[in-house]
Amino acid sequence: MRHDTLHDDTHHDDTHHDDTSHDDALVLYDEPFTSRFLLGTALYSSPAVMQASVEAAGCDMITLGLRRQNPAGGDGDAFWQILRESGCRLLPNTAGCRSAREAITLAEMSRELFDTPWIKLEVIGDDYNLQPDPFGLLEAARELIAQGFKVLPYCTDDLVLCQRLHEAGCQALMPWGAPIGTGRGLMNRYALRTLRERIAAPLIIDAGLGAPSQAAEAMEMGFDGVLLNTAVAKARRPARMAAAFARAIEAGRAAYLAGPMEQRQTASPSTPTLGQPFWHAHS
Amino acid sequence: MQEITLSLNGEPARLPRGCALTYALERWGYAERRVAVAINDAFAPRSTWPERTLDDGDRIDIVAPVGGG
Repeated sequence: MRHDTLHDDTHHDDTHHDDTSHDDALVLYDEPFTSRFLLGTALYSSPAVMQASVEAAGCDMITLGLRRQNPAGGDGDAFWQILRESGCRLLPNTAGCRSAREAITLAEMSRELFDTPWIKLEVIGDDYNLQPDPFGLLEAARELIAQGFKVLPYCTDDLVLCQRLHEAGCQALMPWGAPIGTGRGLMNRYALRTLRERIAAPLIIDAGLGAPSQAAEAMEMGFDGVLLNTAVAKARRPARMAAAFARAIEAGRAAYLAGPMEQRQTASPSTPTLGQPFWHAHS
Repeated sequence: MQEITLSLNGEPARLPRGCALTYALERWGYAERRVAVAINDAFAPRSTWPERTLDDGDRIDIVAPVGGG
């Protein structure tokens, strides 16, 4: 069952064009977001390029991380200043954590440093594909929810894991499209469609997207948002790519709301056959 | 003065015995910096820094914001 069933619109008055930007906010933990595009802040060639990309993306929420800081390195404060000026809500991550314990500690540090209850929860289980560890993820999610965090777990597309995370109190989930940084797009459409059918909570495709067409596809499938980083940061022109993703995400969302037609095997003429001249001429 | 040896972001560091975390952070150049601290893998909230004394062998992690995905 879809959480916002809009495909059944045969009786819906569609003569008034719905502008998806008005009454179609993404709602996460009861907070509305105008944009369905969440952007990462890593891997850009310079802070200026990052700034331009965030602006071009028009996003409301950006992700960032925490790393060991030596007193000689002053980048942290400058970086923080840029993020503040963006006006975006901050979504700190627990990237690189290998256990629930590590992720919980880093989340607690993030909450104090950024003064936010939001956390993109990552517990990595394997170095080769950076696949989330479902067991550690669930354990950490339970603890952080109990502590009052607004947890957005980066998870696999496993249905039962997603159900358990949702039951644990995660009010939105972020299944992968493909492993982080691969740009492969939606690898397992069956699993993702199953999630969309079975999970009545916002689902954000996080990681693995490389091209705007892949983001549009995810949105057409009914996913509620897209989070990505590498696809923009490693584009030849990152700000342009951010704008391209923003449009694709909007287009995909609009298409989902509009309700795409069913595919069919046989051709069906779009021009009326009634009144066809030279009828019988080839029979 | 007796000294203790501990780990600061994975590197050995020395401090006078019995000094508070606030003192250590100032001495290491973190005063006024936007950082968060963990001691022995557990979060050390800012409100606890003045009271928290450091022990020989403590592992201190000091983190700051970086770009992330």
